[in-house]
Amino acid sequence: MSALYVLVIVSVCVAGLFLAAFIWCVKNNQYEDQKGASMRILYDDDFEQEIYK
Amino acid sequence: MYTIEDHDTVVTRPNSKVNLLCYHCGLPCITNRIVIEDKAFCCQGCKLVYELLDENGLCDYYKLQSHPGLSQIKPIRSDKYSFLDNEDVAKQLYKFTNGNYTIVTFYIPGVHCSSCMWLLEHLGKVNAGIIESRLNFTTKEVTIHFSKNKISLRKITELLATIGYEPYISLDEANKKNTKDYNKQRIYKLGVAGFCFGNVMMMSFPEYLSHDTGIEQQYAHLFRYLNLLLAIPVFFYSGSEFFVTAWKGIKQKMLNIDAPIALALIITFTRSIYEIAGNTGSGYLDSMCGIVFFMLAGRVAQERTYKSISFHRDYKSYFPIAVNVVTTNGIQSKRLQELKEKDVVQLHNDEIIPADAIVLKGKAYIDYSFVTGESEPVTVMQNEMVYAGGKQVGTSLTIQIIKPVAGSYLTSLWNHHSFSKNKQGQNDAGSAIHILSEYFTWILLSLAAGTAIYWYIVDPSKIIGSVTAMLIVACPCALLLSATFTNGNLLRIFSNNGLFLRDATVIEQLGKIDHIVFDKTGTLTQNSEKQFTCSGYSLTDEEKDILYSVTCSSKHPYSKSIVTWLGHRDIVPVTEWKETPGKGLTAIAAGKKIMVGSGEFLGIAKDEISNNNAAVYIRINDKIASFHSLPTFRKAVPQIIPALSERYKLSLLSGDNDNQKAALVNLFRNQSELLFERTPMAKLQYIESLQKNDEKVLMIGDGLNDAGALQQSNVGVTLADDINNFTPSCDAILDAERLAFLPGLLKLAKASRYIIGLSFVVSIVYNIIGLSFAMQGILRPMIAAILMPCSTLSIVIISGGATSLVAKCLRLSLKTKDSI
Repeated sequence: MSALYVLVIVSVCVAGLFLAAFIWCVKNNQYEDQKGASMRILYDDDFEQEIYK
Repeated sequence: MYTIEDHDTVVTRPNSKVNLLCYHCGLPCITNRIVIEDKAFCCQGCKLVYELLDENGLCDYYKLQSHPGLSQIKPIRSDKYSFLDNEDVAKQLYKFTNGNYTIVTFYIPGVHCSSCMWLLEHLGKVNAGIIESRLNFTTKEVTIHFSKNKISLRKITELLATIGYEPYISLDEANKKNTKDYNKQRIYKLGVAGFCFGNVMMMSFPEYLSHDTGIEQQYAHLFRYLNLLLAIPVFFYSGSEFFVTAWKGIKQKMLNIDAPIALALIITFTRSIYEIAGNTGSGYLDSMCGIVFFMLAGRVAQERTYKSISFHRDYKSYFPIAVNVVTTNGIQSKRLQELKEKDVVQLHNDEIIPADAIVLKGKAYIDYSFVTGESEPVTVMQNEMVYAGGKQVGTSLTIQIIKPVAGSYLTSLWNHHSFSKNKQGQNDAGSAIHILSEYFTWILLSLAAGTAIYWYIVDPSKIIGSVTAMLIVACPCALLLSATFTNGNLLRIFSNNGLFLRDATVIEQLGKIDHIVFDKTGTLTQNSEKQFTCSGYSLTDEEKDILYSVTCSSKHPYSKSIVTWLGHRDIVPVTEWKETPGKGLTAIAAGKKIMVGSGEFLGIAKDEISNNNAAVYIRINDKIASFHSLPTFRKAVPQIIPALSERYKLSLLSGDNDNQKAALVNLFRNQSELLFERTPMAKLQYIESLQKNDEKVLMIGDGLNDAGALQQSNVGVTLADDINNFTPSCDAILDAERLAFLPGLLKLAKASRYIIGLSFVVSIVYNIIGLSFAMQGILRPMIAAILMPCSTLSIVIISGGATSLVAKCLRLSLKTKDSI
């Protein structure tokens, strides 16, 4: 049953990684402009040549 | 002697004859002469933008959205941005510079679609000096990295202006430093609390489920100490703001709402440590983390801010960053802060007078509508005063400053004491929540004392256990949560319906209003659309064509108004066209003699002129028509005024003359007070006098002239045609298109008090259940852990459900609007 020790601690550490990722996202201003990102992803700088011509 | 016939005819603008839409901006094209290939443009400006983009291979701009551009019909003066060549001025705008590599951020109000974004992020294709540009769509700010050796700030600004994205540069923008990190701290705290709360809950489950048998001792230790470890950041980091505010309150000898929460947190935490260390139990760390997490979540929901709206603007937002000063070495741009008395300033069309001054040269035709509420521009003679905030219309003007910027008539309004008070703090202190929480704290403390005395007599060993349990379970978090979640949901509903509040404390104030004061110009009436009514002789179609031909080449504002009123017409050859400045026009067309101008110019008797009070007269041969220019009322006004007058006292406070008094009396009936020609200061004082009679005043205005009244009133609402436009500082901004929703929104604000009350009653019920356990000394961690999320959840559901239900009954929109 001592496997439980390892499991519990590992699970908390993994959750801790997600917390760190969340803080990193906020710090990087990823929540500052939610609309912009959704538009920017659709741009394809060369789409004129490839698709429309 | 000419007689003016008695019937009034209101003529609507005829539709444009051409249905072609401009390829660039989507406005109807008046002529079909401006064409490239199969693309038509409404004006040379739009065509120019297209050519520029086409040359640089940026025509994808038109593929992302159709007609994405902004109308270019107003040409931009070529030296408008010459002040940016002055390095001192430019420096104020730089975010970073090392002499060459420079970063600058501009606020661009015109940004509205994905095409805008695409174009602004591809500026580097137009000029190689621009290294990178990135747009924050939410705040409408573009950050441009550029090489100063290759392109100047002025060139960049001019490039932005030519492609239709003119940046807004004002004194205030330049002084503003980065204030973005303000609410990030709270998000971090929320994240940490959420993480710890989840894990603490998970590790508390074995203990809940096994309370009869008890789990194996070794695991109990592991879970309890891990819980304690996880609770430490919640207590010291996430919960820190409760302690700080509670301490601030106590220092001012006030028990604010955070005081009992801080007390509950401290007691829960110390008792849990005591239990875990003494190996007597698992403590209440799960409940504590939960409280902190939900409370922070509620506060974040309530504090959602509108990133692109500013509520704290003063005159500085309207003033330019620099002005053109005439010196012995020619014209130089000078920063506004350096502007001194006796400086001679040159103003161009549409520029704002920076300080009170005297007209030296040029035709001063000043639009004070934003400052005083007068709807018509006024002509100012040489050597007469012009006041700060007025806008020059027409040709350029030379003025001499006689007062410093901060001492002018307009800016002195901001020295009034009402501008120094903190409205948010005041609202907060007077809020029902705070008063309730104070009672709550005292009742709780006396109950705790009562329980302590009881157990002292019956069984002294149970005193500490039951009293601490009481304080843990009865923390007023449910009360606070009911307010924060109701307010958060209300803020969302309000913003979906076009009303943007500065903060949640405004909701309660809005619910208490009993007197509404309206401004006239720009609030009840529309600035952009003037209703031209023609009385007297009614013109035939042929005569309208003639009139169009005569007036279309004149630059006078009235001629332009007549041209727009006539709409698109055919041109008739005109001979002997002559304009006498300040008087009027004469011409001969189709064998008829036409005169357009003032009454004196047309030779109309003086008493007739003063009776008629028309803006401009037209004489065709010997028939006379007179034009009155009246601002039109907003569409919603005729419905909302009667609807509001049933429940509220109404007043009108106008800076304009009483030209429209008859229509207004008709609208407001007789019960309301209608005041005209009030100065900004008089407006403020009127609000003050109402408040002395214990009335709660809602002021609805729009311009700087209302700034004082908006500030003094209990709730100041600014009506804005474009919410991203510049509005004076206020408590709330209402989208002018949604004016019709105002009565409903006010009802909703009123209802919010009952909703908070209802959820408060529910939270009291939970408190009583919890307290009854606690007072008997049998509160188990599991019961606490069940009660806490249950009460929270039910309160969130009740407050959210009730606000949405009420909003639906009032026919308010629940869907999110895309613009913010």
